[in-house]
Amino acid sequence: MPHRDLTILVIDENAIRASIIEEGLREAGHGNVTVIHEVHGVARIIETLQPDVIVIDIENPNRDMMEHLFQLTRTVGRPIAMFVDRSDTASIEAAVEAGVSAYVIDGLRKERVKPILDMAVSRFNAFSRLQRELAEAKSALEERKLVERAKGILMKMRGLSEEEAFALLRQTAMNEKKKISEIAQSVVTAAGLLIR
Amino acid sequence: MNALTNIDESKANKLAAGEALPAPAIAGHEGSRTVRAGFIPLVDAAVLIAAAEFGFAQKEGITLDLVKDVSWANVRDRLAFRQFDVAHMLSPMPLAAMLGLGSNPSPTITPFSLGRGGNAITLSSRLYAEMQKEGDLDTGATALANAQALATVIRRARADGRPPLTLGVTYPFSSHNYEFRYWLAAGGIDPDRDVKLVVVPPPMTSDALAAGAIEGFCVGAPWNMVASERGVGRIVATKQDIWPSAPEKVLGMRPDWADANPETVSRLIVALAAAARWCDAAENRAALAEVLSEPRYVAAPVDILRRVLAGRFTIDPEGNQRVVDDYFVFHTGFANFPRPSQALWIYSQMVRWGQTALSADGLEACTSAYRPDLYRRALGRLAPPAMDDFAAEGAMSDDRFMDGHIFDPKLIRDYVEAFPVKATSLPHASLDDI
Repeated sequence: MPHRDLTILVIDENAIRASIIEEGLREAGHGNVTVIHEVHGVARIIETLQPDVIVIDIENPNRDMMEHLFQLTRTVGRPIAMFVDRSDTASIEAAVEAGVSAYVIDGLRKERVKPILDMAVSRFNAFSRLQRELAEAKSALEERKLVERAKGILMKMRGLSEEEAFALLRQTAMNEKKKISEIAQSVVTAAGLLIR
Repeated sequence: MNALTNIDESKANKLAAGEALPAPAIAGHEGSRTVRAGFIPLVDAAVLIAAAEFGFAQKEGITLDLVKDVSWANVRDRLAFRQFDVAHMLSPMPLAAMLGLGSNPSPTITPFSLGRGGNAITLSSRLYAEMQKEGDLDTGATALANAQALATVIRRARADGRPPLTLGVTYPFSSHNYEFRYWLAAGGIDPDRDVKLVVVPPPMTSDALAAGAIEGFCVGAPWNMVASERGVGRIVATKQDIWPSAPEKVLGMRPDWADANPETVSRLIVALAAAARWCDAAENRAALAEVLSEPRYVAAPVDILRRVLAGRFTIDPEGNQRVVDDYFVFHTGFANFPRPSQALWIYSQMVRWGQTALSADGLEACTSAYRPDLYRRALGRLAPPAMDDFAAEGAMSDDRFMDGHIFDPKLIRDYVEAFPVKATSLPHASLDDI
């Protein structure tokens, strides 16, 4: 029996992450997805949209405002629960850890909501992985640049070839049990102090 | 082989360094005694912060791992889902949890109050000017006179067809919500009909006031002072004016965690009591203000924090001062004792404003949220006598409610009925079923 399409509201101040989630929801066949980036005016949006599921990032300080809203709406007959199956602590913990919180209209069957939450959690995780990888790539690039500069300094000051300069950096790093980029940093700093 | 290890190490280092939300190590067996505590950046987190910073936790063999959070809903959820062992919470939160109120109620208890004080009510300078015109207020006007002047302004505004004022609190189940409502109602204002109460996260209150999004708020320190120093607001009442004994923040925990870690709970209570006593001493307040001002804690200017801790208020943009004695009490007068009568007073206010019904089950739920037994187990003879656990509140000359009512925990229904201003239909469902 075909279900009525669920109406989903995504509140995320991070526009990129929000679009990643939105895309995931659409891929999973959810057509009624609304994304907003700030909670200003959210009361009216909820009123007109009547969402079945609200996904909000946990770092949003306005969650307390949402709580207040639900405290009020409780009395107008659309009770809202946090997560749908409280006995499923493993997936709830996974959600909180990933930074997802979700509000669900009470009475929705958990089979219908769980895939949405699981998707949000995996997209949130994918997003932080992406950010982490980006940060790593950036720092790897910085380190490579640093080593290049240190090599240049050694080649110039000590008359070494490129290979010799690199070997010297690597050997020093091994001797001092430090990373090669740290030694390179020291070389660059020292050169900055000594040469004018 | 070596190279592989190196790569793994550096990756692990980066992972550890770069995470916004560190993966929580679920604090397990009692042996480790690392206690992960969530807190919101407010001055009343001082006892937890002092316990971690000045060696009180360490002395009891506890490593207090403080984690800053952004919303009470988060604190509640992260405690429920075991990312925190304990948490800095609003005193009504364990009650709401036990009563099944809010969107994620999960069993929560408190064996320790983190102190009294810190709250105040601030109105916009514009609104206060209007009150002065109506009500002939001088700078020394009482909290009650201010509330009555506001009532006059509100009546005039309604007659003129102006929309109701929007006022901010911090959370539906907060001392701020009940204190603001108490103050408004004492002045003859119905908080559900005459004004519109909304929730504003504390750090945003002063901006919201400046932007005109709200016309006033009730919030903890230092945010009232921040608004008045910026010249956007006027402090019209402090918690001392409304009810000096009102419990503010508490230490929340899951009952199953407390049961599994009795020794840790006791040691933690001993450590926090020592830290609280230290926080009360005038000679330590400068060091306390210094630590609290750090970005990882409250992140507010140290001079404001110093004055807030001393209760030295700049109440308006003109720089008028007011000194509130005992504005912050962290320890003396059994400020850390989770007194059951106080829990029941909070319950009475939840009933008064229609958040829940008065029932035998409700009474039991609220009583089970406050755990004086755990406090006594840890501190023994330093606790007040058990015969006072359900004594009347507001009966002492130095501890009056602003409207003079006295709360007898055995007569909650009468107490609530006696307020002229309350939620229109009191939902007391099941008292007849008992």
